[in-house]
Amino acid sequence: MSKRLSVVLVAAMMLVALLSVPALADDVSVSIVFSTGGLGDQSFNDAAYRGLEEAVADFGIDFSFVEPTDVAEMEEHLRAYAQAGYDLVIAVGFQQESALEVVSEDYVNTRFAIIDAVVDNPNVANLLFAEHEGSFLVGILAAMMSETGTVGFVGGIESPVITRFQVGFEQGVAWAEPDVNVIVNYAGSFGDPGRGKELAISQNERGADVIYHASGGTGNGVIEAAAEGGFYAIGVDSDQDHLAEGTVLTSMLKKVDVAVYNLISDLVDGHFEPGIHTFGIANDGVGLSEMRFTRDIIPEEVLAAVEEARTKIAAGELEVADR
Amino acid sequence: MKWNLKNIEYTGILAPLLSVVLALLVGSVFILMTGSSPLEAYTVLFQQSLGSWDAFALTLQRATPLVFTGLAVAFAFRCGLFNIGAEGQLYMGGLAAVWVGLTFAGLPRFIHIPFAIAAAMLLAGIWGSIPGILKAKLGVHEVINTIMLNFIAYYLTDFLVIGPLHGGRAGPETDRVLETARLARLMPPSRVTTAIFIAIAAAIVVYFILFRTKLGYEIRAVGINPDGAQYGGINVSRNIILAMVISGSLAGLAGAEQVLGLHTRFIQRFSPDLGFMGIAVALLGRNHPFGVLLAALLFGALNAGGAAMDRMTDVPRELIVIIQALIIFFVAADQLIRGILKRRRRAA
Repeated sequence: MSKRLSVVLVAAMMLVALLSVPALADDVSVSIVFSTGGLGDQSFNDAAYRGLEEAVADFGIDFSFVEPTDVAEMEEHLRAYAQAGYDLVIAVGFQQESALEVVSEDYVNTRFAIIDAVVDNPNVANLLFAEHEGSFLVGILAAMMSETGTVGFVGGIESPVITRFQVGFEQGVAWAEPDVNVIVNYAGSFGDPGRGKELAISQNERGADVIYHASGGTGNGVIEAAAEGGFYAIGVDSDQDHLAEGTVLTSMLKKVDVAVYNLISDLVDGHFEPGIHTFGIANDGVGLSEMRFTRDIIPEEVLAAVEEARTKIAAGELEVADR
Repeated sequence: MKWNLKNIEYTGILAPLLSVVLALLVGSVFILMTGSSPLEAYTVLFQQSLGSWDAFALTLQRATPLVFTGLAVAFAFRCGLFNIGAEGQLYMGGLAAVWVGLTFAGLPRFIHIPFAIAAAMLLAGIWGSIPGILKAKLGVHEVINTIMLNFIAYYLTDFLVIGPLHGGRAGPETDRVLETARLARLMPPSRVTTAIFIAIAAAIVVYFILFRTKLGYEIRAVGINPDGAQYGGINVSRNIILAMVISGSLAGLAGAEQVLGLHTRFIQRFSPDLGFMGIAVALLGRNHPFGVLLAALLFGALNAGGAAMDRMTDVPRELIVIIQALIIFFVAADQLIRGILKRRRRAA
């Protein structure tokens, strides 16, 4: 390619890029304070970052982010971003609940958002996920795929958020196959794959042949046990299907990226809304993965049952309790 | 040993100072490797730690717990004991403090706070006494026991914070301690509390104990040569146990500071390795209480500036950890520094 041609091409591309940015966005700035897991966690923080990246690409906003190493830092970062005049400061995770309570009161003109917690101030948007709805679909899939009539659930640390995964799963199982039995265990940690593996093996020995985990890094042990023991696992938060192809039936996606993107998109359009925003099946905030590696082994009628429940939940005909 | 001014100047303060400068120089190589400008990074580092009152407040807040853990490690070290358990002792102290802070409603402030702090020192002191007793009576090495007791403290407090002491929030943390148990904030909105006075007082008290009392003399004698001390009529096991109790209760003060001051609650695993950083602080401070104060201030500044550097520049946070590691490296290799200083002195 001649030099001149490439220069022209680059110039053209830059022009297109410039034109595609809405005029408003120039002065919109967004910052994110991640939770202590930091970027590269394959789950929560990475998802929030994906949402930010997409928003940056589409709207050309100014952005900044920080990865705190301990909870003591949260307050100073939130405060510093508010002080620096960012239009929106996003706090990722319930670790920042108490810090944001204080800072959002000190900076009433700054807009804040927090994921997975509620801070009841007029300048805070609270992004909550209906994990129970997505887990309901997982429950159907697990119950119908089980040959032994027993399925398992491994939770991280017992808390309101993780309980939502558990009860949604149990309701889904009961909806599809009332006779299927659910074994529940908590690992007491989100970062203990060894314990996860132990629990999965013991559940398998007690008859469970499909095990759903909602336990962060602990779940890597659950998936490993399933791959070695020849039973099925189900992933959580991000698409974990590739972690053991064919073993991970599906993953319950918690679309933090979509939530963050929509939040920024609303801000750019001038529609930032404080209060509680719930992301469920109806607005595609939670759902199942594409099942790239398992679609062929899952019978048609199972997928049909999942789809039926999905439509009913989306339409409000089927309600899933969250506790 | 003769105390001439030159001696103190060169080995006491100048060598650590030179270590810091060397660490920053080597650190700038790493910054260049990440493709950023060292000048910009260090400017942010300085401005956000010492460049304004707000920044300085952050530095003080970060330095305060390190004074306590630094003193804890230094005190044990003076008795020849390597206390790697400051982290666990800190958690036990925080646990006692939060329990008192949550439980005893109706106490006036001037009783509730000292009560909570005393409870923290007591429980952490007991926690420290365990490896002390095992060392003194059975000769079990304190390094192993203090490490193991850390794990017990982690999981015990995990259990309590998730279970019986869990508060109303989503996360694994207790409720906030009662108003009467919270340390007063000195320069809001920063979270510098009256704990800073306790830290300075603790350094003075430790200095007094170590260098102005019979107990301190005996502890130092045991630290220099246990057999010699024994021969001189000093009860070695008693001093080992006492040194560990005092060391533990100093680490417990750090836990109390975090729980009653910074967080006003016990958050699961709240400590960013304060107990282990205490080892570095004690080392840099040459196991002297006033050296610990200065070293804690330096590490506090690095932490405060480092967090801001992560936020404001492209230089990754890990760089601050590298610089801290380099400082420790150069302090540990102090023969090298002394050699450089000596040559310069000779040249001059």
